[in-house]
Amino acid sequence: MSYFSIAWQWLTSDQQWHGGDGIPVRLAQHLQYTGIALGIAVIIALPAGLAMGHLRRGGFAVVTLANFGRALPTLGLLVLIFVLTSGSVASWLVPLAFLAIPPILVNTYEGVLGVDADLTDAARGMGMTEWQILRKVEIPVAMPLILLGLRISAIQVVATATIAAYIGLGGLGRYIIDGLARREYNVVAGGAAVIVLLALAIQGLFTLLRWLIVPVGLRRQTQVS
Amino acid sequence: MSWAWDNRALLAQDTGSHLYLALMPILFGIIVSIPVGVLCVRFRWTWPPILSLTSVFYAMPSLALYLVLIDYTGLTDWTVIIPLTLFSLSVLIPNVVAGLRSVPQPVRQAATAMGFGTLRQVVQVELPLAVPVIIAGLRVATVSSISLVSVGQLIGIGGLGYFFTDGEQRDFPTEIYVALVLIVILAFLADGLLVLLRRWLTPWERARDTRATRRALSATVRGSRAEGVS
Repeated sequence: MSYFSIAWQWLTSDQQWHGGDGIPVRLAQHLQYTGIALGIAVIIALPAGLAMGHLRRGGFAVVTLANFGRALPTLGLLVLIFVLTSGSVASWLVPLAFLAIPPILVNTYEGVLGVDADLTDAARGMGMTEWQILRKVEIPVAMPLILLGLRISAIQVVATATIAAYIGLGGLGRYIIDGLARREYNVVAGGAAVIVLLALAIQGLFTLLRWLIVPVGLRRQTQVS
Repeated sequence: MSWAWDNRALLAQDTGSHLYLALMPILFGIIVSIPVGVLCVRFRWTWPPILSLTSVFYAMPSLALYLVLIDYTGLTDWTVIIPLTLFSLSVLIPNVVAGLRSVPQPVRQAATAMGFGTLRQVVQVELPLAVPVIIAGLRVATVSSISLVSVGQLIGIGGLGYFFTDGEQRDFPTEIYVALVLIVILAFLADGLLVLLRRWLTPWERARDTRATRRALSATVRGSRAEGVS
């Protein structure tokens, strides 16, 4: 039997949709972890990226952090903090939030930095305050890149939250870790399918957000990660 | 540190397998992305579907892809190498396309005027000029690949990732530290080598770099003056 029929059979069987280990509960947990970690990352990275981009400072630090974040193995970070904190709440939240920061920070910074100086000069000439320039000119123009950063982070957090099931976190990763431990490949296959679908849904959500938030005149400049 | 010394043979062996698992996908990625990128630039209609495909691959959690592949490849190195190849493609193809598109039109026209055929123009003119952008993508792909291999440890194929799960099971942080630091060092080393490779492949960029820096500096001076006026 191929992967797809195994996953399909598991997904469509009635018992997966009820109870504490059912897909709705696990999905809700997964979304909750993702939301918390992403929220923390946004609170830290978005204002920092906007400020550094507006002031045109700190580029080197941003790039270094991005490289470091990419080089850091997620499983290692999760396991290390888990062992060092002997399994407290922070053991999953810290790495999840930390890994979500670089993409938001880099793309927000690059987005604001990339705003044409003529635009900001014109805004300044019209008597806008620095705050107004940021809010009415730089943020809208940088929006495609800001959304790109948020999307990369969201997907990264969903993937890392899955891996965090290894150190005991709930959510969709439980199917994979428990399924592997019990050698039940149908559970693993089904769990992987739900995670792939969730990642695709997030990708779709951000495409939709792009249409809703990005000003019409800017949509043509398609940015690719 | 004495732990690392005592286990140097095992560490060396796992470093070797880690590099193999991380770099094979990059090699395959280069082999596939260059012709595909050229294709996307030559035949513009192929670009949108390929772009959507690459962004879908980019969104896939690595662990989920490893698990899907178990059914087809069994538990072999390919279970990790194939998904990582897809990731590398999702970074490399857009960069090859961006690099080729950054070649100025007059350069292309000059090549045509000199009687270069399509293939010769791509190989001798466009690809060399696209090298900086392609290598920028290669750096991202390589660093991510080296770090992502360790996730494969959850299915038992993870190079240095072995020390993560082993350290967790034995509650022994030293082991985790050492492997973590080793992976980050490997990633930065590979990154540095790619920077050197770019310098070596694009000797003309060095002259331009200094010129660009000078221009940027004078622009900053002009910029600050303009601010002073307002």
